[in-house]
Amino acid sequence: MDVAAKKRLLREMLFARRFEERCYEAYVERKIGGFLHLYSGEEACAHGVLEAANIGSDYVITSYRDHIHAIKSGMDPKEVMAELYAKETGCCKGLGGSMHIFGVEHRFMGGYALVGGPFPLAAGLAKGIKMKGGSEICICFLGDAANNQGTFHESLNMAKIWNLPVLYVCENNLYGIGTRIDRSTAVVDQYKRVSGYDIPSEQVDGQDVEVVYAAAQKAINHVRSGKGPYFLELMTYRYRGHSMSDSNAYRAKDEERVWSKRDPIIMLRDRLVEAGEITEDDYKKMDDEILEDIENNVIKFSEESPEPSMDLLEKYVLAENDPWVHGGPK
Amino acid sequence: MANIMLWEAIRRAHDEEMTNDPLVICMGEDIGVAGGTYKATNGLYDKYGPERVIDTPISENGFTGLAIGASFIGVRPIVEIMSVNFAWLAMDQIFNTAAKVRYMSGGQLEAPVVIRSAGGTAHQLGAQHSARMEKVFMGIAGLRVVTPSNPKQAYGLLKSAVRCNDPVFINEHEIMYNMKGEVPDEEFFHPLEGSEVTRPGRDITLFGYNISVHWCLQAADILSKKHGIEAEVVDLYALNPLDREGIRNSVSKTHRAMIVEEAEAAVGVGSEVMAIINEECFYELDAPPGRVSAKNVPIPYNHTLEKAAIPNANDVVNAVLNMFGKNG
Repeated sequence: MDVAAKKRLLREMLFARRFEERCYEAYVERKIGGFLHLYSGEEACAHGVLEAANIGSDYVITSYRDHIHAIKSGMDPKEVMAELYAKETGCCKGLGGSMHIFGVEHRFMGGYALVGGPFPLAAGLAKGIKMKGGSEICICFLGDAANNQGTFHESLNMAKIWNLPVLYVCENNLYGIGTRIDRSTAVVDQYKRVSGYDIPSEQVDGQDVEVVYAAAQKAINHVRSGKGPYFLELMTYRYRGHSMSDSNAYRAKDEERVWSKRDPIIMLRDRLVEAGEITEDDYKKMDDEILEDIENNVIKFSEESPEPSMDLLEKYVLAENDPWVHGGPK
Repeated sequence: MANIMLWEAIRRAHDEEMTNDPLVICMGEDIGVAGGTYKATNGLYDKYGPERVIDTPISENGFTGLAIGASFIGVRPIVEIMSVNFAWLAMDQIFNTAAKVRYMSGGQLEAPVVIRSAGGTAHQLGAQHSARMEKVFMGIAGLRVVTPSNPKQAYGLLKSAVRCNDPVFINEHEIMYNMKGEVPDEEFFHPLEGSEVTRPGRDITLFGYNISVHWCLQAADILSKKHGIEAEVVDLYALNPLDREGIRNSVSKTHRAMIVEEAEAAVGVGSEVMAIINEECFYELDAPPGRVSAKNVPIPYNHTLEKAAIPNANDVVNAVLNMFGKNG
């Protein structure tokens, strides 16, 4: 990875962190409703993997912790934040919410709120790619706890027997909601569980974006070359609770301290500073610019956007004017 | 016009749609090499190959979800779930994804997937292979539910379901696959909404769907010949959305209604049709609407008990006679 890419990733990851922190504030101010699952601490996962993907061409699908995957997939942070604000300018016109961010024109195929739900959907997207003869792949991001759903096993099995171009990325943040992985899961190393399906897998440091990027390149090359599915486990940590309604009381302060020393943004920043590529002041300036951008553009846009029109309430339930409902085109 | 079995009608619809569009695929347990439990995909594996006629592992939620994901980008999957009892396992993907994805994405994505599944009481299949589930599916916003009562409908409903951009659940019946009926030789697309007056009458409307249409027709025949009651039979081939207008029109004409279903009464087709009658044409009624349903039990294995658990034409006749104050 060249220096320019590292600097850009530093900015993108810092933007992601500030975006999520601003979501937190907006939630506390009751500007955002429902459930809100923040990605702070895990930034290197989405950024490292998608940096190695063909953004806008490869299909991306994920869970409800989806804001940052959406933005890294090319979506405008304004339409993501406006969705959280439940405004008509939101990517889903205020019908989706935090857990259901969609940006289909960027091939961001959505955030889904049933744990493990996207596993078979990703295999299906890969099946679609294969049928249409494309060179794209599907990348599915899910947390470690999703692997205790049946869909994990069913989908890995199908992806393998049908040799589907799908990369499953496991963001292992050690907790399924509030239950630590060793209390819920017989085999805590998730990459080992995949061996039962004869799918190649690897576990790497999910806090180091360069490590994630290198592992993702290898994984994506495997999938794109027609060799079938691949499973990449990224060891990471979320700073906030599972969602905003989570008191986060179940984690030891010592554990949090250890992981905070491996912050993906700080690690990359320090590396660039040590190499003389940026200064502390450059970083501070970047941060100020990001904060200003979020406030003056993203938040302002969301605040000023209109509420969805009542016409939307019943609009997208069934297809509009579908001739096949009435016996075909006349 | 060919007189063919219901499975042949379904097979023909598959074949035509797969020829028409290379992105139409079908998948399910044993549907390929083995030709399908109900022969509905017989021979298609040899004709279209394993990429399009897919024998799945026994993973209902997994393969239904896979079909839904593929449908996001232009594939038109026809999923066969061998028994509707197994469709419970796929409920998460049907309910949480297929039915909701257009809405929650603000119109960006849709899931034009067809799910066919056989339900109902057959020949001593026991509690876990005999249930009906249409009552569950028809209550889901965003999911169309249709249910054929004859080969012509089975053919035409599947054809339209494949082309429609909504997810469509087709509720078939275990013991109706060998039923014969006329199917037009020319290509034909059956509407996915509406209802059909199968037998006109003036004294009472018998509402049926799928197998219960046949009980209604038999009952109407007996009522006419033996009791001088002319029953109209309305085939509710679309269960979601239900045909409010068709229900209103018929009840406004006959002023009486009996709903006949194979499933347990609670929260079922009968309750919903009654609610629609109340909302649409309550003051047209000469008598409270009635319903003929299964006993409120899991389906027993013993043949005599099994037969007693579900209604038949005589039950319909008796219920109608009671409504008219004539003891059957």
